[in-house]
Amino acid sequence: MSKANPPSFTLDGKTIPFGEGQTIIQAAMDAGVYIPHLCFNPEFKPHGSCKLCTVKADGRQTASCTQQAKDGMVVESDIKEINDERRALLQMLFVEGNHFCPSCEKSGNCQLQATAYELDMMSPHFDHFFPDRPLDASHPDYLLDFNRCILCSLCVRASRDVDGKNVFALSGRGIKSHLIVNAKSGHLADTDFSGDDKAAHVCPVGVILKKRVGFATPIGQRSFDEQPISATPHPVVKGA
Amino acid sequence: MVNQTNPHAAYLDPILARHRHNPADLLQILIAAQEAHGHIHTDAIDHLSAALDLPRAKIEGVAGFYSFLHLKPQGQYRVLFSDNITDRMLGNMELMNSLCSQLWVEAGKVSEDGLVSINTTSCTGMCDQGPALLVNNIAINRLTQERINAIAELIRERVPVSAWPAEFFAIEDNIRRRDILLDGHFQSGSALAALLQRGSDATLNEIKASKLRGRGGAGFSTGMKWEFCRNATGDAHYVVCNADEGEPGTFKDRVLLNGYADRVFEGMTLCARIIGAKQGFLYLRGEYRYLLEHLKAVLQHRRQQNLLGKGILGQADFDFDIEIHLGAGAYVCGEESALIESLEGKRGTPRNRPPFPVTHGYLNQPTVVNNVETFAATTLIAENGGAWYAGIGTETSSGTKILSVSGDCERPGLYEYPFGVTIAQVLADCGAHNTQAVQVSGASGVCLAPNEFQRRIAFDDIPTAGAFMVFDKTRDMFEVARNFIHFFAHESCGFCTPCRVGTSLLCNMMDKLAGGHGSPYDFAEIEKLNVLLQSTSHCGLGHSACNPVLDTIAKFRPAYDKRLAQKDFIPAFDLDRALSQARQMTGRDDTGAHLERNHEQS
Ligand SMILES: Cc1cc2nc3c(=O)[nH]c(=O)nc-3n(C[C@H](O)[C@H](O)[C@H](O)COP(=O)(O)O)c2cc1C
Ligand code: SF4
Repeated sequence: MSKANPPSFTLDGKTIPFGEGQTIIQAAMDAGVYIPHLCFNPEFKPHGSCKLCTVKADGRQTASCTQQAKDGMVVESDIKEINDERRALLQMLFVEGNHFCPSCEKSGNCQLQATAYELDMMSPHFDHFFPDRPLDASHPDYLLDFNRCILCSLCVRASRDVDGKNVFALSGRGIKSHLIVNAKSGHLADTDFSGDDKAAHVCPVGVILKKRVGFATPIGQRSFDEQPISATPHPVVKGA
Repeated sequence: MVNQTNPHAAYLDPILARHRHNPADLLQILIAAQEAHGHIHTDAIDHLSAALDLPRAKIEGVAGFYSFLHLKPQGQYRVLFSDNITDRMLGNMELMNSLCSQLWVEAGKVSEDGLVSINTTSCTGMCDQGPALLVNNIAINRLTQERINAIAELIRERVPVSAWPAEFFAIEDNIRRRDILLDGHFQSGSALAALLQRGSDATLNEIKASKLRGRGGAGFSTGMKWEFCRNATGDAHYVVCNADEGEPGTFKDRVLLNGYADRVFEGMTLCARIIGAKQGFLYLRGEYRYLLEHLKAVLQHRRQQNLLGKGILGQADFDFDIEIHLGAGAYVCGEESALIESLEGKRGTPRNRPPFPVTHGYLNQPTVVNNVETFAATTLIAENGGAWYAGIGTETSSGTKILSVSGDCERPGLYEYPFGVTIAQVLADCGAHNTQAVQVSGASGVCLAPNEFQRRIAFDDIPTAGAFMVFDKTRDMFEVARNFIHFFAHESCGFCTPCRVGTSLLCNMMDKLAGGHGSPYDFAEIEKLNVLLQSTSHCGLGHSACNPVLDTIAKFRPAYDKRLAQKDFIPAFDLDRALSQARQMTGRDDTGAHLERNHEQS
């Protein structure tokens, strides 16, 4: 294999250069190539939990957000085998929570929904779990709808690493894992959360929602209505 | 500022002081707080949050991860029945139901007077002397109806657990076959003396020459692990002994820690000298809490003998000590990187690897994690040399392996064999008859049928972490697999999507089959789930979670076929069952309260 300078790998046949310490998905995004993902956000350290960004690197399956790029690596991503698995992972996320897209304020701006469209997910396939997850409407400006939480922990990371606040954390284990907030009452209103926090703006789904702006942008004109998620994985959402 | 008026300060402050207000000891502090107060009170969290400078959500998140920690009041007596398949085979469910009805409490709930809570827990490592339970985290084995009646009486009379009959708490070693490790007389300090005489580098070479491979499951070369760690740079190096022993059916580490702790600690000390560590940890599963005082006494004795502490055996540059950390009911913490997270006082979520613990372990410093049996074996090698050890066992698998034998056999207990022993030999030795299957290496291991009993225990044939569960022809292998799947779903850490959701989906599918609603379609679904879990899970738990079902489908298909009432797919949702709550509320169970379809079936 020829040693190109700078180092590079191939992704579905396309040559992708990468910098020191970059993981596969980081290099791919810099090169404008989309690999489906949910818990990854280029502004944060890779986490590796949703597994949607799974690729085949030199024949071995691995999460592309945490796998370091290597010179000459052969990466397969947009292939049937991998997309079938990603679709199954999405279906798992859908049945694990309660996702009623038509009535969700995040519809059209939701990365879970947009990724499901991208991967032609036609049905949830598995039996729904229908978990009981009460809302938290205590905060004057923000609503927490835990029904849609996919446990990506982006809010946890944003609050801890960017806002320096630790408003959010994960508790429980296994299928009972859930998001909690940093208050004795368990209510967002009793934390130091603010709409200016980074954590208020990283949720890829519809858990952390600003109040009183519902449906300001009509459905049909939202980010992923205009362009598929593969074109703009992290659009700036109007009005959020 | 620490709030001096907090009523929980009285018992928390000494605990905090003992742990030098170290946030990395959070899990240990929470365990101690719960031992003092029965549960982790919400006001106690205020105090801990201030004293440790940790957000309360983080403390709640850690407490919420571990099965043995409770944020809500529990019964004054907390009874947990071990629920491995071997306990089931010995009738644990009947005994639990009996205790529940005698004490007027529903399993999984706290009695109305707050006296008692009863529930199940994952295998407590007493399979050779089950059925077993834990009361306030202390083990009671060999349960019988008589013993359950006595326990009900003691609880009703509010007799403190410390005053219960001593024979309830007796735990047998049940060593049935001894070889070099279980037989060898050990003089404390002899392996260390050999190391000092030979030198650290030469001793490491002996360990490499012995071809010793890890006994905890993965079978990595111990000599190479120690060498990588020694060569890694860091502010400090650490030695960690993995005594989490959570794999259902495994109990050999319990016996080693009970009778051979000196060897285990000496093995850790050898490692410390070779890699240059000053601090070691033994991570002891919460189920083995009863061993803590004994182990502390062994450590203290070793300090007195100058085998631990400062200037070990008169070597000015040889300081090393060992601290014991308790687990709190989380199988995944046996995975080495989750174990390290837990040692650091966090939720036991496996890390992204690489980097591996040998370069980035405890506090991100170079760390060796080895199994209890592995450390014990290194003392034999230090004493007798690598070539001697490599001469025992087989080409790929040197030395001996301790098997924890349980299930349908006359003599359950520990059997130490040179590697290469056949399954049939073990079955003959333990007195197993009419054997239908053997589950080797626990729930995550492999299920063997009689046509495989000539295979051998070895890394290149049947590798094992030690469990050996025997099932005779009367057993229902479907129920064996179902029990294991429930174990995995309960123990999944929840970090990654495939395992978090997939293990629960699998449970539902197995329950659906058990309820007579399965069709061949469900088999195809199970196989698809297996591929997904194997290829996308974050750690070994998810990778192996489907094994028991796949093995038993492949080898014991009739156990499944007899449950296939349906030829075509039917949904898991059962309208008649959904009405059961309404029936319960209205006190009706007449035919009119059931749906048509059900009558046809019955
Ligand atoms: C889910 C899971 C649970 C494990 N549990 C244990 C355990 O209880 N004890 C153990 O020694 N190793 C366990 N392991 C293996 C450890 O990760 C690690 O490989 C081992 O402790 C290394 O020690 P060794 O080389 O001496 O075997 C587990 C692995 C996984 C994936
Ligand atoms: S495979 Fe299971 S136990 Fe392992 S990280 Fe994923 S959820 Fe946790």
